[in-house]
Amino acid sequence: MAEKNDASPGAVIQTRWMEVAVGLLIALLGLLAVVDSHRVGAAWAEDGPQSGYFPNIIGWILIACGLWVAFQQARRWRQDGAKVFVTLQDFKPVLAMVLPTIGYVILIGLIGIYVSSIIFIAGFMLFQGKYRWLPTLLISVSVPVALFVLFEIWFLVPLPKGPVEHLLGY
Amino acid sequence: MEDIGNLMHGFAVALTWKNTVFMFVGILLGVLIGVLPGLGGANGIAILLPLTFSMPPTSAIIMLSCIYWGALFGGAITSVLFNIPGEPWSVATTFDGYPMAQKGRAGEALTAAFTSSFVGAFFAIVLITFLAPLVAKFALQFGPPEYFAIQFLTFASFVGMGREPPVKTIASMMIGFALAAVGIDTVTGTLRMTYGLPTLLQGFDFLIAVIGLFGLGEIFLTMEEGLSFKGKSGRIDPKVVLKTWAELPRYWATSLRSCVIGCWMGITPGGATPASFMSYGMARRFAKRKEKFGEGEIEGVVAPETAAHAAGTSALLPMLTLGIPGSPTAAVLLGGLLIWGLQPGPLLFVEKKDFVWGLIASMYLGNIVGLLVVLTTVPWWASILRIPFAIIAPIIVVICAIGAYTVHNNMFDVVMMVVFGVVGYVFKKLKYPLAPFVLALVLGDMAETAFRQSMLVSGGNVGVFWSNWLVGSIVTLGIVILLWPMMVALRERARGRPAGTGA
Repeated sequence: MAEKNDASPGAVIQTRWMEVAVGLLIALLGLLAVVDSHRVGAAWAEDGPQSGYFPNIIGWILIACGLWVAFQQARRWRQDGAKVFVTLQDFKPVLAMVLPTIGYVILIGLIGIYVSSIIFIAGFMLFQGKYRWLPTLLISVSVPVALFVLFEIWFLVPLPKGPVEHLLGY
Repeated sequence: MEDIGNLMHGFAVALTWKNTVFMFVGILLGVLIGVLPGLGGANGIAILLPLTFSMPPTSAIIMLSCIYWGALFGGAITSVLFNIPGEPWSVATTFDGYPMAQKGRAGEALTAAFTSSFVGAFFAIVLITFLAPLVAKFALQFGPPEYFAIQFLTFASFVGMGREPPVKTIASMMIGFALAAVGIDTVTGTLRMTYGLPTLLQGFDFLIAVIGLFGLGEIFLTMEEGLSFKGKSGRIDPKVVLKTWAELPRYWATSLRSCVIGCWMGITPGGATPASFMSYGMARRFAKRKEKFGEGEIEGVVAPETAAHAAGTSALLPMLTLGIPGSPTAAVLLGGLLIWGLQPGPLLFVEKKDFVWGLIASMYLGNIVGLLVVLTTVPWWASILRIPFAIIAPIIVVICAIGAYTVHNNMFDVVMMVVFGVVGYVFKKLKYPLAPFVLALVLGDMAETAFRQSMLVSGGNVGVFWSNWLVGSIVTLGIVILLWPMMVALRERARGRPAGTGA
């Protein structure tokens, strides 16, 4: 988490932009809470607060905090010019994890968790780890199979399954 | 004396053949979780929680709490040997632990770390043994105002004692509260903030948040740092263990101080991480050889490890007696209690004696077992860390996905886990603390219900929070702690120094 204060070569995402963006997103979240609270009633009824009373206050605090963070950052805009949130070079491996993970989750919904896991682990080992086919196949198949035995057979916890598992009779 | 009898009965419960096996399994899994990046106490237990649904609650809690002890021990291994804190609370251990390993004193550093962990935990367990029944008895008389007051104090202490900017702590906490409010309002049955989406009816489960924030978020961070684990070898010679043990009593003052800091920070939810830093700082201030700190002083390993374990263990005290967890991991255990059909809180000590004392007894045994296990098996754990990240990372993601799915057998939860993972990555980089987020998500409904019930009792008069000395002093203490950072900033500004404004 150490902040890199030196201006690294190459494209970077600056911390100041991230701070402002996250601050504004938090404020937006607060706004969502406030709007909905007024829909259900955010007043103080005779028997105490209504359903929206708390979310309303929370929403306003969120708006205040988010704007405050963004405002503080805007005030130090020039001083923080060199602070780097992440360099493109460092961010590539993160994307190389995030994007396959998203694909993996979509795949789980389509063809069940076991086959998706095989594809996911194998893909990661081949493209990230530059492993040969044999070790890749060995690990990517044995882990989901072990999980299958653990969950479906031993603990009887059903996980999402697809056509391949159905073919095998599960 | 009745408590001693109860404790002995607890040992009988914990020492059954089956529970002893669960204890060992828990410790081993825990150390594994503590050693692996991306899996820690909180999300590791969250992932394994669904596997315990069919187990008897006492065995389940023994196994899960042992995972926690194991994770606390495991964090030290990576800190000392690889200079990578496996857990946030072992960051301070790297300061002196890794330099010791570089000088070829890894065995000493690990022995010191494990032993101090054990001492810290032991201190905290003794405290729990004697204090918990008293607190529980006392808390039986609590009404909604008292509960709200304590919850208020919990959240105030995050703001007042956290290391992060107060604005960000509050923001993170409020997001947790806001997400907790999504779904059906428990008091009136109104739908809140679902915006017409049926999947949001159930609200957000904090277990999913824990798995995403601490699990995936950590994996994303590790990817960025491009870790290649190059570690020192970690064999521990029995002679070194004995030699280190002979040396350790010299640091009894540091140790005792760290125990007290740890327990204080654990019960008031400052948490293990700030406790370890605070304890390290105190040890350096009082040490005779100040300048040696950071170059491999054994005292610099003893202090943070003792405090972290004392804090991690004592965080269970408010969880058991009041139903208010002191750390994210304690929150996950609390979630477990609810799922097994147990209501945490003072009544637990009256109605489920077997469970409570079985758990407390298992804490003693679990930590002894844990100490022996880690001392003997360090080289194996170190070799696990040498497995390349390209293999470990996808497997951890798979395990996280399974963990998220099994909480409610719901695909939407897995999607939310990924969202929380990205949030965790960004928040960690921008120094938003994650613990308040999780605790607010857990306690949100409880805090709101307590507040609204208090209001129903008092007829809408806020004065109920100062209606007797107990609730009044807790609320006042909470307000003082809440405003503490502001007062410090004002004082510094008055002195003419540039105040360290938050944000």
